[in-house]
Amino acid sequence: MRGRRAFFGFLGKEVRHILRDWQTLLVLIGMPVAQVVLFGYAVRSDIRGINLAIVAPQPDAATASLASRFMDATDTYRVVASVADAASLEPQFRDGRVRQALMLPSGLAGALGRGEPVTIAVVTDGADPNTGSLMEASTLAIVRAWDAGRTGRRAGPRIDVETRMRFNPTLESVNLFVPGLIAYVLTIVSALMTAITIVREKEIGTMEMLLASPLRPYQIVLGKVAPYVALGFLDVVLVLVAARLIFGVPVRGSNALMLAESLLYILTALGMGIVISTSTSTQRVAMMAALAGTMLPTLLLSGFIFPVSAMPWPLQAASNVVPARWFVVITRGVMLKGAGLADLWRETLILAGFTAALFVVGIRRLAVRLA
Amino acid sequence: MKAATREPAGVGSGAAHPATNVGAAVQARGLTKRFGSVLALDHVSFEVAPGELFGFIGPDGAGKTTLFRLLTSLYLPDEGESRVIGHDPATDMWALRRRLGYMPGRFSLYPDLTVIENLQFYASVFDTTVAAQMDTIEPIWRQLAPFAGRRAAALSGGMKQKLALCCALVHSPSILFLDEPTTGVDAVSRREFWDLLARLREGGMTMLVSTPYMDEASRCDRVALMQQGRILRIDRPSAVRAAFPRPLLAVTAAGEGAAVRIGLLAALREHPDAASVWPFGSTLHFTDRRAGPDPARLATELGEWLAARGIAATVRPISATIEDAFMWDMTSAEPAA
Repeated sequence: MRGRRAFFGFLGKEVRHILRDWQTLLVLIGMPVAQVVLFGYAVRSDIRGINLAIVAPQPDAATASLASRFMDATDTYRVVASVADAASLEPQFRDGRVRQALMLPSGLAGALGRGEPVTIAVVTDGADPNTGSLMEASTLAIVRAWDAGRTGRRAGPRIDVETRMRFNPTLESVNLFVPGLIAYVLTIVSALMTAITIVREKEIGTMEMLLASPLRPYQIVLGKVAPYVALGFLDVVLVLVAARLIFGVPVRGSNALMLAESLLYILTALGMGIVISTSTSTQRVAMMAALAGTMLPTLLLSGFIFPVSAMPWPLQAASNVVPARWFVVITRGVMLKGAGLADLWRETLILAGFTAALFVVGIRRLAVRLA
Repeated sequence: MKAATREPAGVGSGAAHPATNVGAAVQARGLTKRFGSVLALDHVSFEVAPGELFGFIGPDGAGKTTLFRLLTSLYLPDEGESRVIGHDPATDMWALRRRLGYMPGRFSLYPDLTVIENLQFYASVFDTTVAAQMDTIEPIWRQLAPFAGRRAAALSGGMKQKLALCCALVHSPSILFLDEPTTGVDAVSRREFWDLLARLREGGMTMLVSTPYMDEASRCDRVALMQQGRILRIDRPSAVRAAFPRPLLAVTAAGEGAAVRIGLLAALREHPDAASVWPFGSTLHFTDRRAGPDPARLATELGEWLAARGIAATVRPISATIEDAFMWDMTSAEPAA
């Protein structure tokens, strides 16, 4: 059968290209693990040692009970001041000795006892918005936990806790990062490498020989991308294993579903790579296009690092056409929430739609002649 | 004169192969290709007979590569039509591509794959194997075999071209297009390469070869002289040389050095009957404007004319090379461009 021999010939050639370029291969295999370690340790945004001031104009049993929650949480908080008046904190806020102030109302114990609504103000140093929002969320979580555990609780302080935190109450950033990291790594391996590998044939001149041969465009593409499907899959497994072994990040849902969804996203990313390769003619341009067109959106608009819900609406709208945005929802769902296909069918369908569209566009745009 | 030099581009040229439409391996009629405002190929017509070794000679930019890409279905023509072994490259490319052997002008093998891996890959692309095609490629493979395990990147220029030829042949094509196969290759390797082409020709392979090297023209059955997208002349190499219309004299300066030769060149170009003067290696080729006179007498006269100006040089009549003929056609065609 003619198609099969050509396909395996092509596949063998591609595998050799990949194995001969062992430096790139080493990067492609080593990078995902290195990223897990980097994101897990070096740039982890877990908050440690928040300098907290507690402002209680009238200390009572309730304020002492709440303050002790923070004093006990020595990993996260350092209670640096307990004062009656917030005004004295101003200079300390400014020079960073205090990063956050918990402002309790007068007569807290009494108000809670009577079941009246109370307002607790949390003032946070927002100079670094990411850390700021994390500190805020962490403090809100502790107040809420304290409130929930109070004996004789009738009504609690009116505090909204973002539902996003529900499944990651201690805000372990590794847990949040790993699903996004998988999307990021797969984008690099699949989209970037595919774009480069097809354009390389144009650049070194072999595409002219391939075009003059009876190979059909889809045969060229399938032969090109098949090894990268395997490589991408290997990377997913590496990331999951590394995250599990180093940080104890679990996959709460089905492993099989996790791998199947990853496979789907690998194909999506390959589709992006093919489309890029059809519109560029040098590896350099292809790489820039892949960086700007796939990696940056994956990094910035997928919710991997910055929550989509916190973006202004034009960016939220733009994030809808970033496939990684949907894949991050899927991976977080499967890994952190233990969600199944019943919960994620919509996102899965969207990804499948992207994939089909990208492949159709990519293969149709592949030239059967020289430009 | 202008019209006459362009005329042979049409049908019916070439005494050795009277063109008949039926059975021609390649037929091109008015092939034209533009890139933006640049006219790369300007109404080119010719025919190649089965089994013929047909050369396209011309400088860079003459349109040779564009023509080959049109015939191998890699470009679509803006005007004109062609048939290659019975297929129209514009409409019937998949059938054509199965039977076509093409060696592009750019080195187009995988540098990180070994010699045998490159060959096996191209065999698989055409749904065959190296072993099954050994009869076809054996003469070339014999020279490549000692380097079978070497990466293509580490081959010498000549070996790279032999490997490319081998890859273009590995599916036993019905016709072979070789675009400047010897460009950038040393003289010995060039000769070896043409020896291989001669063997293929004996086996009946139809070949179209382009080259900027005039000396290679003599190894073709017929050559087409190309310039600025047009075919100036198509003929057997001997006929091209014989058709040189003027007396040709080789002038060699007595002294050594560039200054002496430049002085000689300047002096000759001021000769009242000089049609053209071109440096050819260490000598100058002087073409006389007058068609009639006996070359031997002209040589004597020119020697005396130089001596009268204090320049010592030997002058002797020579017969034209392909390059002389080409230069003549090129300069006489120029005003028409």
